Amino acid sequence: MQDNLVKTVIRLNNVTYQYPQGESLHFADLEVPSGQHTLILGDSGSGKTTLLHILSGLLKPTTGMVDIDGQPLYELPARKLDEFRGQRIGLIFQEAHLVKSLTIKENMQIAQGFAGAKVDNTRINEVLALLNLDHKADSYPNKLSRGQMQRAAIARAVINKPAILVADEPTASLDDRNTESVLNLLLTQADQQGATLVIATHDKRVKNRITRAYEMATRPALSNK
Amino acid sequence: MNALQIAWKNIRQNPATSILGILLTAFGTGILCVLLLTSHQIEQQLGNNSRGIDLVVGAKGSPIQLILSSIYHMDNPTGNISLTEAQKLATNPMVRLAVPLSLGDNYKGHRIIGTDSTFLQLYGLELSEGRIWQADFEAAIGADVAQKHNLKIGDQLYGAHGLSSEGHTHDEHPYTITGIFKPAHHIADRLILTNLSSVWRMHGDHDDDDHDHAHDETHDHGEAHDHDHEHNHEHEHKHDHGNEPRLVKSIMGDIGSGEREITSMLIQYRNPAAIGMFPRLVNQQTAMQAASPAIESARLFSLLGIGIDSLQVLAYVIMLMAALSVFISLYNALKSRKYDLAIMRTLGASQGKLFGIVIAEGILLTFVGAMVGIVVGHIAIYLIGVSTGGTATLLQAMVLLPQEAWLVFIGVAIGFVASVIPAIKAYKTSISQTLSGN
Repeated sequence: MQDNLVKTVIRLNNVTYQYPQGESLHFADLEVPSGQHTLILGDSGSGKTTLLHILSGLLKPTTGMVDIDGQPLYELPARKLDEFRGQRIGLIFQEAHLVKSLTIKENMQIAQGFAGAKVDNTRINEVLALLNLDHKADSYPNKLSRGQMQRAAIARAVINKPAILVADEPTASLDDRNTESVLNLLLTQADQQGATLVIATHDKRVKNRITRAYEMATRPALSNK
Repeated sequence: MNALQIAWKNIRQNPATSILGILLTAFGTGILCVLLLTSHQIEQQLGNNSRGIDLVVGAKGSPIQLILSSIYHMDNPTGNISLTEAQKLATNPMVRLAVPLSLGDNYKGHRIIGTDSTFLQLYGLELSEGRIWQADFEAAIGADVAQKHNLKIGDQLYGAHGLSSEGHTHDEHPYTITGIFKPAHHIADRLILTNLSSVWRMHGDHDDDDHDHAHDETHDHGEAHDHDHEHNHEHEHKHDHGNEPRLVKSIMGDIGSGEREITSMLIQYRNPAAIGMFPRLVNQQTAMQAASPAIESARLFSLLGIGIDSLQVLAYVIMLMAALSVFISLYNALKSRKYDLAIMRTLGASQGKLFGIVIAEGILLTFVGAMVGIVVGHIAIYLIGVSTGGTATLLQAMVLLPQEAWLVFIGVAIGFVASVIPAIKAYKTSISQTLSGN
């Protein structure tokens, strides 16, 4: 009864994807309620990243329906889809992938600008302060440590208060201490911004922190560990 | 941040390749700018300086040389002509105005011209202060001469022999400045005018000192006359032709006949009928030659045009290289920035936005290059003007031509063309494949 009151933010229905090389994946249906943290588990090459890209509006599925925050994603025209992604989906990768020619603050500004929002420096300063990066606002990415870069990437991902926060192997190349730190940040930020967190990983250290998981397999099924 | 700001940041991120593109564009634009200014100003000056002059009569030789020396004051004269012969021509009914010129000296590169007041009438000169010469070794100077050398009424200047300021200085005869002309915006601004007898007396003295009176410069043009001048200079300080006119008069009334010589004579026709007849009369019935400024200037400009055209081709080749450089720099930058572009897409940037950013980058590079090129072109013109100096200074750096906007447009167009392929590549970048590392 309580579940019925919670809004479903991610809904995957009968989604398949055929790679250009011919191999195809059939994803199990998925529904993720608002505010939930969900892991997508699977070995390397199992299609975790493909699924994340489909969820993020970066890769159109061959068949099926993807609904994010009540919006059928691939029914949107290309330009609107880009804007929707910028506004409602925050993406974090294994590497920080900050735009090298821009300062940390400018990286945040383009995230607001590309999403069609007005640049809000107060909000940027707030988020940077939350992630303990306010003193690095005017630094270029090459002047930051690896941990600081990953924090900056998280800051950029949450700047527009997205409905879902999608992280692809965010801890794969980090030591235990940094893994702990990044996970804490992701969970905290997702909670603070009211975002639904989806993490694709095969990192056991992450599995220990989030219980809800989606196992990648042929017609994978959602499982609770 | 808009596309231009992001593009500018990208340019700054890769200073080496960006500077190469900017420099190549600047180099090509700079050459085109110099050529544009040079050809435009030379053409304008050729027109301005010869306006109102229908014919130049001088010693036989190269007609272009005669025009260059007598109108543009850039070359050595072809020789001298007999004053008596010149006087005969001046009284011809077809002639409205005949202006005698006697050349030979300069002051710091500015020609000292022996003439009479008809020169003022021909060139429309007006005094801003003082008066014109009334006695020998008095001179009225052009506005540029006064300004450049800070000369005032009453100052004295010493002429040097020939065209070069490094020639022998006539220490014994200073010219006293009695008048300064208003700026006339042509060659007269850079001249020093005195009466004919001052020039004769100056060189009469030098005849005594074994100077060749045919203006001492080397004449390679065959028929330079090397007359013996019997100027009857009994004594260098004896003024016997000091009554130069205060009002406009012809030389006929002021200077008596005799065996004197002048360098050339500028002729203005009374009516167009003279155009066909008078030059033939001079060339066939006298020992002098007649050169038409219109014909010779056009010939001169067409000769210059060959050089200008060649340099233009060179400049366009450099611009093409600039385009290639911008293309290579953008294309290579795409490889290293593919993640940046993909990330921008994940942040909501559309394909069109990425296309715009890359195009903006190409355009910015060549726009900056073109602007730098125009500034460098003007500086080059200034330096050329300063280094040539003296009477022959034709080029003004502080002149902006509307055509220069076209140079910027060409630069921007080159930037656009060079960045189209990289921009299309950026447009087609698959975010998913890039982020997956495929």
